[in-house]
Amino acid sequence: MLDREVKRGSTEMLILALVEERPRHGYEIAKLIEQRSDGVLQFHVASLYPLLYRLEKRGLIKGRWVEKAGQRRRRFYKLTATGQKILAQQRQTWKDFFFALDRVAGINPV
Amino acid sequence: MPEWQQEIRHRLAGLKLSPLREAEIVEELSLYLEDRYEELLALGHPPEAARHLSLTELTENDLLVRELQRVERPVAPKPIIIGSNRRSNMIAGVWQDLRYGARSLLKNAGFSLVVVITLALGIGANTALFSVVNGVLLNPLPYPQPDQLVTLHQSKPNFDTGAIPYPNFRDLQKQNQTFAAMAISRGLGFSLVGTGEAERVNGRLISADFFSVLGVKPALGRTFVAGEDESGAGPVVLISAALWQRKFAAAQDVVGKSLTLDDKNYSIVGVIPANFNLLRNVDVYVPIGQWNNPALKSRSAALSLHGIGRLKPGVTVEQAQSDLDRVMRDLAAAYPDTNKGNGAKIIPLKERMVGDIQSILLMLLGAVGFVLLIACVNVSNLLLARSTSRTREFAIRASLGAGQWRLLRQSLTESLLLAVSGGLLGLVIAGWGTQIALRTLPTTLPRAEEVRLDARVLLFAFAISLLTGILSGLVPAIKSSQWRLSETLKEGGRGTSTGRVRAQGIFVAVEMALAFVLLIGAGLMIRSIAALWNVDPGFRPDNVLTFGLSLSPSMNTASPQAIRTALRVISGELSSTPGVQAVSFSAGAVPLQGEDDLFFWLDSQPKPASQSEMSMALVYRVEPGYLTAMGIPLKQGRFFNDQDDERSQPVVVIDEVFARKYFGNTDPVGKRIHQEGQAPQEIVGVVKHVEQWGLDSHDSELLQAELYEPFRQFSDNALTGGVGGIGVVMRTDGASGEADAVLLNSIRHVVQNQNSQNVIFTPQTMNDVIAEILAERRFSMILLDAFAVVALLLASVGLYGVISYLVGQRTHELGIRIALGATRQNVLRLVLGQGMKMALSGVALGLVAALGLTRLLAKMLYGVSTTDPATFAVISLLLTAVALLACSLPAIRATKVDPLIALRYE
Repeated sequence: MLDREVKRGSTEMLILALVEERPRHGYEIAKLIEQRSDGVLQFHVASLYPLLYRLEKRGLIKGRWVEKAGQRRRRFYKLTATGQKILAQQRQTWKDFFFALDRVAGINPV
Repeated sequence: MPEWQQEIRHRLAGLKLSPLREAEIVEELSLYLEDRYEELLALGHPPEAARHLSLTELTENDLLVRELQRVERPVAPKPIIIGSNRRSNMIAGVWQDLRYGARSLLKNAGFSLVVVITLALGIGANTALFSVVNGVLLNPLPYPQPDQLVTLHQSKPNFDTGAIPYPNFRDLQKQNQTFAAMAISRGLGFSLVGTGEAERVNGRLISADFFSVLGVKPALGRTFVAGEDESGAGPVVLISAALWQRKFAAAQDVVGKSLTLDDKNYSIVGVIPANFNLLRNVDVYVPIGQWNNPALKSRSAALSLHGIGRLKPGVTVEQAQSDLDRVMRDLAAAYPDTNKGNGAKIIPLKERMVGDIQSILLMLLGAVGFVLLIACVNVSNLLLARSTSRTREFAIRASLGAGQWRLLRQSLTESLLLAVSGGLLGLVIAGWGTQIALRTLPTTLPRAEEVRLDARVLLFAFAISLLTGILSGLVPAIKSSQWRLSETLKEGGRGTSTGRVRAQGIFVAVEMALAFVLLIGAGLMIRSIAALWNVDPGFRPDNVLTFGLSLSPSMNTASPQAIRTALRVISGELSSTPGVQAVSFSAGAVPLQGEDDLFFWLDSQPKPASQSEMSMALVYRVEPGYLTAMGIPLKQGRFFNDQDDERSQPVVVIDEVFARKYFGNTDPVGKRIHQEGQAPQEIVGVVKHVEQWGLDSHDSELLQAELYEPFRQFSDNALTGGVGGIGVVMRTDGASGEADAVLLNSIRHVVQNQNSQNVIFTPQTMNDVIAEILAERRFSMILLDAFAVVALLLASVGLYGVISYLVGQRTHELGIRIALGATRQNVLRLVLGQGMKMALSGVALGLVAALGLTRLLAKMLYGVSTTDPATFAVISLLLTAVALLACSLPAIRATKVDPLIALRYE
């Protein structure tokens, strides 16, 4: 299992990246993370939502209730302009980090 | 499905979140847990295990609560401080409502736009019409102390507002005790020469204190002073600002310059300001003493003189009336010959100016008010429909402690916001509308120059915006604030309460009723106008041209013989002008335009002791060509011919009414009538009656007996006095109704051939005259038609909208019905039935209302009763047909509901 701190720092970026593609609701985000990471990263309701709310409070994502015909309404989250900036920054930070790791300890990210 | 919300709420209780926030989190998390539960079931877990697993994920290590605690900040309950300023809380609350409402409306921009435009049209139309009512009826006259101003008339037993003979006026002036000042005036045309081409100008003979009675100050120079209106005083004149501009280029030194009117030199003493609008198109004002008409000294010649006066401060109209009645009684005693039976009549100036049009304007204001009501009802329906999609929001707020009043206030705030936005847009529309209305209004609209968007109009617009907001928003607001929690938080919380449907049904019925009333009004007006157009005026107005002829001023001092010769020459030349079929000079009364009458007694009667005991008849002084020119049929005997002139036996022709009234069944031809100071006249013929007073007045009070005298038997005195303005009537070949420019030129040419200073003026066709008489009614009719059409459109759209909406709401139910075997017919009947029930109750309601309200139109109708069955029947059918169409479109859509899709509506 990944160290908790590393996980937390990166999960923000995971969420931002997922809602960058298109607006999603909480369950969808959790499922996607689990699927795309082949089960390595897993989110439960208790940890996902506080994170979503924190991101929303910081203005990186924005939630909106959407009612589709024949369904109950759901809260969809989308990336804000600020979130876009932060996401770009974090991507760059992680890239630099992995580059440094590779130079020092010979890690080869795919 | 387990109850997640209870569990979640239980966990969150300790966090002390704000109720709204808590509700949001609860809803979101419960959805997640539902999805998770479904997923576990799909993976093969038994329900109990799935539920247990999901719950575990929620509660593991109290992670949720701890994390949320860091993210959400708890809200401490507001302490209630005794005696604190509740108003500031309320202001904060209202401000919050406004912001929330504005946000909510902006989110549904499309909906808001439709509502704002609907309201803007209604408010705009009302404001535009009110600005007319304001300017014409409400604003005081633009003179100092306008309530003291009155008009003066002499009254006879059957005619209230007759002209005042000049000597009577002077006596009223001297002997009254209730007036601060009195003045008299009459119109008179003048030939203006010396400044460019000889021109005919409109003048006004006035007494010296005419302008001081009104309180009008000159723009330049001075007005007349006492004594300047006596005969023999030096000729002075006041000119209008328009004339000053036209002839003198607004030169500052115009005072003291001279003006030649009718061959007399007048000295200009002042210029009347441009904003003086009491009399229209007057170019010059001449003291009445300058008019050398001997009839001015006669106590029996009224000469179209009407007076104005200013009451003393504190004097009421009633007091002044009895004062003048006293003076007239004294005059009747002193001069029984001429004044017996005459009284005086005082009418407040404003009433005299706008009295006729008041009822029309108010009726139109009522009608446009109906249109606004319909718009309000439509908006109400829209708001009602919209509130359904917000039930969850309101229900949550209600369940979390928002009182009914609070929710009501929120909804009302939104509808007020919509209404005020509509009002602002409506003001813009009103501005345009007023401009257009002023340009197309009948020129007879009094005080049109006072119509503008002033403070009172703006206040009106604001007030009706507020009223509109409250009216349209009240019922939806009440409905949404009454939501019961259990009904809506149930899953799939859709479906309408019967209360809401009933409200919408009532709205639709009311809309239909209002539209019905307007349509009836419009229909009745249309029939009236049609009837009036078809009224036989007694003559054939097509291709009849009338104009005035003014002989050269040198004719004022010519011998009667010279005048007769000049006229004969002109008449002959005009008859042979190409395009002219018949010509006649005319003096005295002119049908539909001006009246003149005379006193007479029959040969078979003894001569009456005084004028007031003689009979009266309208008098037309015309030439032989008149009958052909006007197209009046001859009924008996003969009309005038060329032998009837100043040397032959005096003759007259009478009309059918005269014959019936004074001769009954006996043959009037050959009988004689007498006039004071004249040789007896023999009746030689009877013609058809002509409508003198107007197309719709068969008022038995008005004089109807008509008498024709040969123009050529005009007395010498009358001839020399009338040189300034002789009427000409002409039948032309012209196919068009317009006064043909080419023909007018030929006429002018002929007239000026005889003397270059002869002038023709005010040419118009009889069709134009009739159109102008009908113009006011036509204008009301056009407006009423426009309102009725808009009302019908709005009501139909409203009905369509409601039925569509209801069909949408009932999709589930309809799907079940179809799945259970209902045919298209059944569904159609179901939906149509619901819609038509609303519409028909509206028609019934409208019928009852219309039967009562059309009474208000009674004065304007002609030839059709206020409860005309044909009109009512047609409108009922029309409205029913339109309603059927509006319902059928959604009904057809309903039959196409696919039961499978409908049933999936969970």
